[in-house]
Amino acid sequence: MYGKGLRPLSIATVALMSAGLALVFFYAPLDADQGFVQKIFYLHVPLAIVALVGFVVGGVFAVLHLRSGDSRWDAYSYVSIHMSVIFGVAVLITGGIWAKASWGHWWVWDEPTLVSFLIVFLLYATYYPFRYAIEDRDRQARYASVFAIAAGAFVPLNFMAVRMAESLVHPRTFATADGGLPGEMMFVFLVCLAAFALLWVTLVKFELTAKSASGQVKRLRRALDAPVSGGSSRIAPEVS
Amino acid sequence: MIDPLFAAPALPLDEAGKYVAGAYVVFLVLLIVYVGIMAAKVQRIERELRELAGFAEARQSGESAPEAREEVGA
Repeated sequence: MYGKGLRPLSIATVALMSAGLALVFFYAPLDADQGFVQKIFYLHVPLAIVALVGFVVGGVFAVLHLRSGDSRWDAYSYVSIHMSVIFGVAVLITGGIWAKASWGHWWVWDEPTLVSFLIVFLLYATYYPFRYAIEDRDRQARYASVFAIAAGAFVPLNFMAVRMAESLVHPRTFATADGGLPGEMMFVFLVCLAAFALLWVTLVKFELTAKSASGQVKRLRRALDAPVSGGSSRIAPEVS
Repeated sequence: MIDPLFAAPALPLDEAGKYVAGAYVVFLVLLIVYVGIMAAKVQRIERELRELAGFAEARQSGESAPEAREEVGA
């Protein structure tokens, strides 16, 4: 069920990622201030945007789960958050590399954009122990949904707070009073953003498919009353 | 505090290239690790499915064998 359309989606993702990469290195002009190092921007910023939107999407799925009681929405919420946490790791590492190259420091503690992203990331890092500390599956799903909604609401609030902050060492992507990106850079950035969004969707679908198959195998094992051969996933939410 | 950051000049290409390559390689490695983990999971599911198919077949042949003996005896 979840695997439907996965192959064309994967092909589209690879094609768009390749196009994005080619545009970054062969089309996008060099930044006047930062030079070649600015190429990290096309990787780091789309990853950050997709990760943050993914957290909010996880919250929306959690709302649907609480409203309907359908465990599929819980699985969607879990996988969305899981994928965004992985993207978040990539954001922190690529951001650190970019910061070292352009600022001379791996991390700057008094920069609101960096610290706020770290707070959001650490908040979602607590999702896993919080979720799996509860053994009863229904309670686990309900509590995890409440967490996902509260944390998902925190993400845009956090984003707005950072935009209003005075410290602007970290560059702003979209237009502020000083203006936004030049046309060619904006075009490449949007292609990269679409590519990473598609990658996120593909990986979410891939993981949901694997979890669904795992759930079906468990159901089959129960129906056949077969002995468990070990190695089965302890943490995977049931996806029926 | 961080005002020297504003004055940081652009790195020369040979030096900047290391950082840019590093960032893209880190992302690629993360992606490969994730896909590798997922591939291992899918392989495990396949193995479990094969085991279950074997178990179901063995059970089916176990159930049909006594029936065959009864037919021969009659």
